[in-house]
Amino acid sequence: MIKPYAEQAQSDVRIDVSMTVNGSLRTLRVEPRTTLLDVLRDELALTGPKKSCDRGECGACTVHIEGRRVLSCMTLAAMHDGQRITTIEGLERNGHLHPVQEMFIEHDGFQCGFCTSGQIMSAVAMIEEAKAGWPSAAATDVTKPFTIEDLSQAEIRERMSGNLCRCSCYPNIVAAVAEATRRR
Amino acid sequence: MHPFMLSRPTDISAAIAAHAQDARLAFMAGGTDLIGLMKDRVTLPERLLNINGLPDMAKIEALSDGGLRIGALSRMSDVAADPEVRSRFPVIAESLLFAASGQLRNLATIGGNIMQRTRCPYFRDEDDLPCNKRRPGSGCSARYGLNRNHAIFGWSDDCVATNPSDLAVGLAALDANVLVRGPGGQRSIPFTEFHRLPGNTPERDNVLDRGDLIVAVEVPPRVEGRTSHYFKLRDRQSYEFALVSSVAAVAIRGGRIDGARLAMGGVAHKPWCLKAAESALRGLSLDDTDALKAAIAASFTDARPLAHNAFKIELAQRVALRSLQTAGARV
Repeated sequence: MIKPYAEQAQSDVRIDVSMTVNGSLRTLRVEPRTTLLDVLRDELALTGPKKSCDRGECGACTVHIEGRRVLSCMTLAAMHDGQRITTIEGLERNGHLHPVQEMFIEHDGFQCGFCTSGQIMSAVAMIEEAKAGWPSAAATDVTKPFTIEDLSQAEIRERMSGNLCRCSCYPNIVAAVAEATRRR
Repeated sequence: MHPFMLSRPTDISAAIAAHAQDARLAFMAGGTDLIGLMKDRVTLPERLLNINGLPDMAKIEALSDGGLRIGALSRMSDVAADPEVRSRFPVIAESLLFAASGQLRNLATIGGNIMQRTRCPYFRDEDDLPCNKRRPGSGCSARYGLNRNHAIFGWSDDCVATNPSDLAVGLAALDANVLVRGPGGQRSIPFTEFHRLPGNTPERDNVLDRGDLIVAVEVPPRVEGRTSHYFKLRDRQSYEFALVSSVAAVAIRGGRIDGARLAMGGVAHKPWCLKAAESALRGLSLDDTDALKAAIAASFTDARPLAHNAFKIELAQRVALRSLQTAGARV
């Protein structure tokens, strides 16, 4: 396909972005259209976040921005200047896996592993949301306060529904998340 | 994605002026719908204004009169978790929690939610099939194509798409207003008049003009607010758009319905208010299921099914009944 003139002219534009990625300040020049996912994978060689559907439908690209779980395929890198990004590569501390990572191993929470980094990043932030008292669609009454003690299997399934697993490891994923929550 | 320019204004007036003058410019907030539309080449703006830096637009305010003012840049997750939103208007929290996923709700905004475009697969098709909403005059592929998920009310031969927003259904039922700033100043648009029916201009989803920016959504105090419920039926239990959904908000006096608000999603190009049913429900008991059914049916005399969605007419009435009885149980 022949590119329209406007596309040729605008493809030269670059924007400077500084982000703290897994604790290190990274400064980059990016095209405005570059997604956060593409920057992490192609510029910073962080291939933990996976490019699967690239449409916000599967959750495999989940990372944290300022501690919140988001889909890195559905946001532009240039929108996150000055912000703190965490990928699966940044979860372990001093050579120790995060408790959610350990529980995924212990409960066999994956088969092919392609969705796993997204599942784990989603679960880590989801547990924080639950601790903060955020309700979910699994609640029968959202007017009631929610506490982490209310994080049932049904709650975990609902809160993790943005992460698809084609190997269908869901029962083990739920078990891993439930135990990581108990051991927090 | 196609290449585009991106800038981040910090002044609302400048952003509005830029949008008013430039037909190839688009506002972007959370971006979770717009980026998908650009990836599928449905829309190809040449310039994007990242409006996330605009001041005073991300506040959730519980007003002293019992109402609510939700800034357009508030994230869906923050609004759904807000204690005042949950206690005053549970239906707003519910409709947000039943939408998208945790990850998307952390980015997506309230303004963007009510601006999101239809999920009609022909509209979003990467091969650019005929669609009057996407390319005016090209035809409607869904009218005689696969239309199981499409409208049963208010559609035209030019467009049979439905509005995908869950939140919009509640805002329509609760008489919310959309606060808009444009080149001529600020105005308030009743939510039920915000989205349009397709007619012969389905490319226009709503009544906004160039240069209009949603700054907030306001929900007036209502006695029915506390006793409201959102019931959403989908092809899978979570992380899916509505097949049919319903908001009910009821006021009960002496065991009988004193006032009811009913609106539905997944059935029309805009949130569909069941006005005839609301009148017919007055004075009925929530336990008299047959009478409730008959009252709801009053709003379905003008339902017009397409080839594949006649089932929605019965389904929608059952969904409306369920939402009504669940809301009523909250008294």
